Amino acid sequence: MTDSAALLNKHSFVELGARQRAKALLDDGTFRELLDPFQRIMSPWLLRQGVVPQSDDGVVIAKGTLDGLPVVIAAIEGAFQGGSLGEVGGAKIAGALELAAEDNRNGIPTRAVLLLETGGVRLQEANLGLAAIAEIHSAIVDLRQYQPVVGVVAGSVGCFGGMSIAAGLCSYLLVTQEARLGLNGPQVIEQEAGLDEYDSRDRPFIWSLTGGEQRFATGLVDRYAADDVPQIRQQVCQLLHLGVPAEHRSGQAELFLQRLARLDTDVQIEPAAVRQLYQGEHP
Amino acid sequence: MSSYSLRGLRWFEALSAGASQLPGLPASVKAADARLGGKTVRLLAVVADPDNRFPRARNGEVGLLEGWGLAKAVDDAIEADRETSSKRALIAIVDVPSQAYGRREEALGIHQALAGAADSYARARLAGHPVIGLLVGKAMSGAFLAHGYQANRLIALRDPGVMVHAMGKASAARVTLRSVEELEALAASVPPMAYDIDSFASLGLLWETLSVEQIEQPSAADLARVVDCLQQAINAVTGAPRNLSSRLGAPHRAASSHVRQLLSAQW
Amino acid sequence: MQTLSFEFPAGQPPRGRALVGCVGSGDLEVLIEPGAAGKLTIQVQTSVNGSEQRWQHLFARMFDGQTPPALSIDIHDFGATPGVVRLRLEQGFEEIGHD
Repeated sequence: MTDSAALLNKHSFVELGARQRAKALLDDGTFRELLDPFQRIMSPWLLRQGVVPQSDDGVVIAKGTLDGLPVVIAAIEGAFQGGSLGEVGGAKIAGALELAAEDNRNGIPTRAVLLLETGGVRLQEANLGLAAIAEIHSAIVDLRQYQPVVGVVAGSVGCFGGMSIAAGLCSYLLVTQEARLGLNGPQVIEQEAGLDEYDSRDRPFIWSLTGGEQRFATGLVDRYAADDVPQIRQQVCQLLHLGVPAEHRSGQAELFLQRLARLDTDVQIEPAAVRQLYQGEHP
Repeated sequence: MSSYSLRGLRWFEALSAGASQLPGLPASVKAADARLGGKTVRLLAVVADPDNRFPRARNGEVGLLEGWGLAKAVDDAIEADRETSSKRALIAIVDVPSQAYGRREEALGIHQALAGAADSYARARLAGHPVIGLLVGKAMSGAFLAHGYQANRLIALRDPGVMVHAMGKASAARVTLRSVEELEALAASVPPMAYDIDSFASLGLLWETLSVEQIEQPSAADLARVVDCLQQAINAVTGAPRNLSSRLGAPHRAASSHVRQLLSAQW
Repeated sequence: MQTLSFEFPAGQPPRGRALVGCVGSGDLEVLIEPGAAGKLTIQVQTSVNGSEQRWQHLFARMFDGQTPPALSIDIHDFGATPGVVRLRLEQGFEEIGHD
């Protein structure tokens, strides 16, 4: 890479790995990793299936402060196995959130920030990944009673599967233009429902429905930031300072049912229709 | 024979014994308060609705209406019992083949709808409602995360049609570039990948497995067995921690405990 | 997948340790820690089978004509080219040098 290119890319958050992202968000000198890679807490399931493991199982847990506030960051490494969650990585996130909730019951106001780049369950560890994700859901709802849980989907993997549900449970969500947020990956939808329903190779189509800009415009996330470390850091700070929201997005069943009742399902949906349906009523 | 399972509906009908259904829910979400051992419990099921307004959710899949509908039915119970210390148990009857896969679903945020359901179940459990998952059919992936997996205790009926998994066999084979046969062979040697309920039980995630005579249409004896088991599960939950810690401890899930111990020590 | 072991003569162990890379497509993760005096040991787990000779040559060329520090190196490789392997190792050595 040339020097000028390096300079231009200096502040990109998306280009950073999970550990660098956590370091970039935390106050200087406060990053302390738990179960660091040299402890080699790796997947007990990948090796026996002939898959090369990673020393942190693709999840970084770091404690520190953000703008002086005590936080724990759970960052998923999207480059390792598509950011998929297995037993160890899943237990790292669930366990960290459980301890953060326990902190709060003991008078320590630990907040959590989740950096989500994940396809969801790691199929080689299928049911243990799924179980861990259920525990992550439980722990988010528990911790949310005391302090906000902030989710960040920066890209480039996006956030899918059971972890998109985890994103939906967060107090606040921040995305960039690179981000995608959705339950099912495009290829699986195309396989299950056919090309007419979902063309997994049509990138503009996919971004128009599940991309960061559309999710922000439809109120399914709270912040839309440029791919820039200082901007993302500042917005995460603001969200943490907002405290626990009066009502979480996932607690608004009646509102969403009312909106869905108004939708004409005789025609296939367009991005603009979602914006129209979901805009305006959000406080 | 229909293309979708009727198990969830049949067990809901048997357990609710004609109790009136909670109004204001989508047709694919059934909720009713029944009496079980002298106490009120709320039964919840997702069932197939061939006329579902969302075409990709007509076979019992958990989609947008189902996620938010479950959330509403659970929120209603939380609200009704807010002032009382005796919180009604919630019994999730699980027979869900998958989440709904479709354009409308993604566009309208099916992940958020499923989060709505998971949120309500988790809040109910934390508020002191015993939440019991009764697996009578498939419990697949996102559908199970939304409906059942937040339970304090999970009970599975012993039957080849009862299975928990992150992805259906055919899809998993396609995604991992294997044949279904290869996938099955691999799954047989890797417990978390297996599709059968005994392998799932070996992970320590189930509280109980039960055999019944007629899983498709429960007999009186089947019903009595299941009711008895549900009551035991509700009793087991009373006074127990409101988290999911009872799922930890199985040898096939040793890493899940080990990681937590290390995290706690290094916290 | 294949697990390989290599050993080279070395000097004294350094104090620091380093982690570089990631087990992503075409990349590798390298963990470098102080080893026993006089020995540099390398453990490789690689997704590419039958690549032992390639690794042997690559390491031999890197350490040719010098006495490297005593290190214990763990490599988790996901199909990295020799150029990427070399780059990652050099990054790791540099990081250790800075400690």
